Amino acid sequence: MSMDLFGRDWDVLVAGGGNAALCAAITARRAGARVLVVEAAPKFYRGGNTRHTRNMRVAHDHPNEVLTGPYPEDEFWEDLLRVTGGNTDEQLARFTLAQSKELWDYMSSLGVRFQPSLTGSLSLGRTNAFFLGGGKSLMNALYRTAEAEGVAVVYDAEVTAVEIEGAAFRAAEVTHDGQARRVPARAFVAAAGGFEANIEWLEEYWGPAARNFRIRGTPYNRGSLLRTLLDAGAQQVGEPDQCHAVAIDARAPQFDGGIATRLDCIVFGMVVNREAERFYDEGEDFWPKRYAIWGRLVAAQPEQEAYAIIDSRSIELFMPSIFPAIEAGSIEEMAGKLDLPPDRLRATWEAFNAAVRPGDFDPATLDGCRTEGLTPEKTNWARTIEQPPFHAYPLRPGITFTYLGVKVDREARVQRASGGAYDNIYAAGEIMAGNVLGKGYLAGIGMTIGSVFGRLAGQGASSHVA
Amino acid sequence: MSPEAVTPAEAAAAHARPLDQLLRGPELAEAARIMTICNACRYCEGLCAVFPAMEMRRDFAAGDLRHLANLCHACGACYHDCQYAPPHEFGVNVPKTLEALRPRAYADHAWPRALAPMFDRNGPKIIALTAISVAVFLFAFMAFADPGVMFGVVEGPGAFYAIMPHNVMAGLFGAAFLWAILAFLMGFRNYWRDVEGGLGPRLGRGPDLAALAAGGHDAGRLKNLHGGGMGCFNEDDQPTDSRRLLHHLTFYGFLACLASTTCATAMHYFLGWEAPYSWGSAPVLLGFFGGSAMTVGAVGLARARMKREGALTDPAGGMHAAFTHSLAAVGATGIALLLLRSTPAMGTLLALHLGVVFAFFVAAPYGKFVHGLYRYLALVRHAQETRTHH
Repeated sequence: MSMDLFGRDWDVLVAGGGNAALCAAITARRAGARVLVVEAAPKFYRGGNTRHTRNMRVAHDHPNEVLTGPYPEDEFWEDLLRVTGGNTDEQLARFTLAQSKELWDYMSSLGVRFQPSLTGSLSLGRTNAFFLGGGKSLMNALYRTAEAEGVAVVYDAEVTAVEIEGAAFRAAEVTHDGQARRVPARAFVAAAGGFEANIEWLEEYWGPAARNFRIRGTPYNRGSLLRTLLDAGAQQVGEPDQCHAVAIDARAPQFDGGIATRLDCIVFGMVVNREAERFYDEGEDFWPKRYAIWGRLVAAQPEQEAYAIIDSRSIELFMPSIFPAIEAGSIEEMAGKLDLPPDRLRATWEAFNAAVRPGDFDPATLDGCRTEGLTPEKTNWARTIEQPPFHAYPLRPGITFTYLGVKVDREARVQRASGGAYDNIYAAGEIMAGNVLGKGYLAGIGMTIGSVFGRLAGQGASSHVA
Repeated sequence: MSPEAVTPAEAAAAHARPLDQLLRGPELAEAARIMTICNACRYCEGLCAVFPAMEMRRDFAAGDLRHLANLCHACGACYHDCQYAPPHEFGVNVPKTLEALRPRAYADHAWPRALAPMFDRNGPKIIALTAISVAVFLFAFMAFADPGVMFGVVEGPGAFYAIMPHNVMAGLFGAAFLWAILAFLMGFRNYWRDVEGGLGPRLGRGPDLAALAAGGHDAGRLKNLHGGGMGCFNEDDQPTDSRRLLHHLTFYGFLACLASTTCATAMHYFLGWEAPYSWGSAPVLLGFFGGSAMTVGAVGLARARMKREGALTDPAGGMHAAFTHSLAAVGATGIALLLLRSTPAMGTLLALHLGVVFAFFVAAPYGKFVHGLYRYLALVRHAQETRTHH
């Protein structure tokens, strides 16, 4: 059946199956286009990173039934400027944030439902609209809407080549069931994500260390379309060696561990590497503001592994974890269980405890409980680790997404390295998110970019209807 | 006496002991594994009461899991929304896991404890009990009633009682009903103490009025059989409201039947009016519409169950089918009796209806009937825990 689909006359071919792809597909379909979506993953894993998301950052001037207060465009812009350190296309970014105001209604029209922010993420209640049931629920809703409105979808179908004449897309080669098929279309939407699951590609920049990374999303985010477009002459945006990485439980599966593998205990203890040495200030700031740097920190340690050690007073201060803590009655026993050098762990531990200054411990504020005389110091929530049982969690870098992408304009048209835009090639989602978020992280902005540019790409692509 | 049998004194002593909170058996172990994953994710917290109740706990003892199992209305939304559902290696399937746990939880809370094994292979046991009950009624009617009355046409006030004297009928059914009520109340007590002994918020007292009202509000609307507003899932990944509608028909139909019987009893004792009642009377109207709704709803639910996606159900036991079929049989025999009460079939239908109803009430504390009661109590507890916790 899928084979027959490839032979039909399509106005718009959408490569990818996540939020951006489906926004583009439905928008183009609603404008009258005949739309085929080819998703490289099987049905269960459809949606790329979208299946692990939970909210979307949207500018708004008034609170509503879910969003607790106004979040003006200017504030959104300041937040974006801060996290990217200016590594953003200001015009495109400001345009995206302005468009984000329409996303609540737009996404609702696609069947997506929202809910108040989840427990433990109250800091996002004003700025981010949470999806009822999470990202996979959103994905299910988008696919239901798309299919009900006549968008055709093929799973396990990957774009393996594109045929471009001058500035015009003519056809794509789609590989499905081991067979390559030529699929012509009047417009092409590239919405097939980044390359975070492509370990070989990551190794080009990270060396063998990349093999110790955990990939938080599915193994299908291999970036093959990104590679194809860059090789075909699309203009590159974003740094190829940059990726967003957090510290997750080292026992997480290599792929697709998602949100459940996160660890929030780092601020409450000390973190050591395989040499039993501390390497960074665990209490620099609130965890939601710092967790995004810890992936990179752990990646720089021997064997890309580290261990957060807390004592029994702290075991209920953070979100419960999927894997049980490694428990020990003494620091030597802990060293044995973690396979760390016992003498050095004891020395690091004693030095840490001795350096803790008295203070009023308070997880809700930057409490100033600190160490004195250590390198590095711990500057908040420093308490001695003395009451057994001790608990430890092993850490590994968890790669969430990559920044490398193709350059687009404000109509979502892909730019050519040689200048100008392609006539009928559009990009949306992670494959072009680096235009707006060139560096850093702002919770929920990936979905914002995906929806804004998915919608634009769908509108643009539908203008090529025969 | 078998070695497992206990004397009433031993049974009472057993109930003075709190229930075992250890995770014994595969159902509890799997439920604990899955709730630990869910508690680290929490994406589903807007879908129903299970997840907010889970979040009030960090670890899960048996009582906590039995509570969560009873809170789950099996809408299936969290299965379809779950990025960790099979084939993901985490293999998270909340509806199926909690469904597998529910009969174990009912058995653990059952009173008297000696009847807990009724929940093992529950379907065949309920069917056997119903068959025996019908047979006994038929046999007794044929043995004790005048054959002219049993197989002839009898009309007018007291027609039923010509076959079975009213006092015998009222005594027998009153006793069955009171037995069920007693068993329910003892089960409630076991339930409450069990959850109290878990690792969740400790209430230190029984249900309060506000919580009873809040639980009733949620139960009456089936708020939690709604996937957080999108509907519930059954045969595929399209949410609908059909099971919720069918359940409303069944439940409110059942309540109308109870009202019909209550009304008839009141008319008998306080007004001296004897059944059968006329078509325009309250007992007949309530019984006709209630019985019809209940039958249609129960048959619909049984059919939905047969079409249900395999991934969502735990096939063991046949408890669900026994219950929906019993409800349908109670309704259908009641309607048949009403329609054919002026024919020679009346005596036989009366035996059939009374046999089915008698078995229904005697077995109620030991079959799926209890799902509604424990689920209501779980909602009450949840309302009270939420208030205490925040």
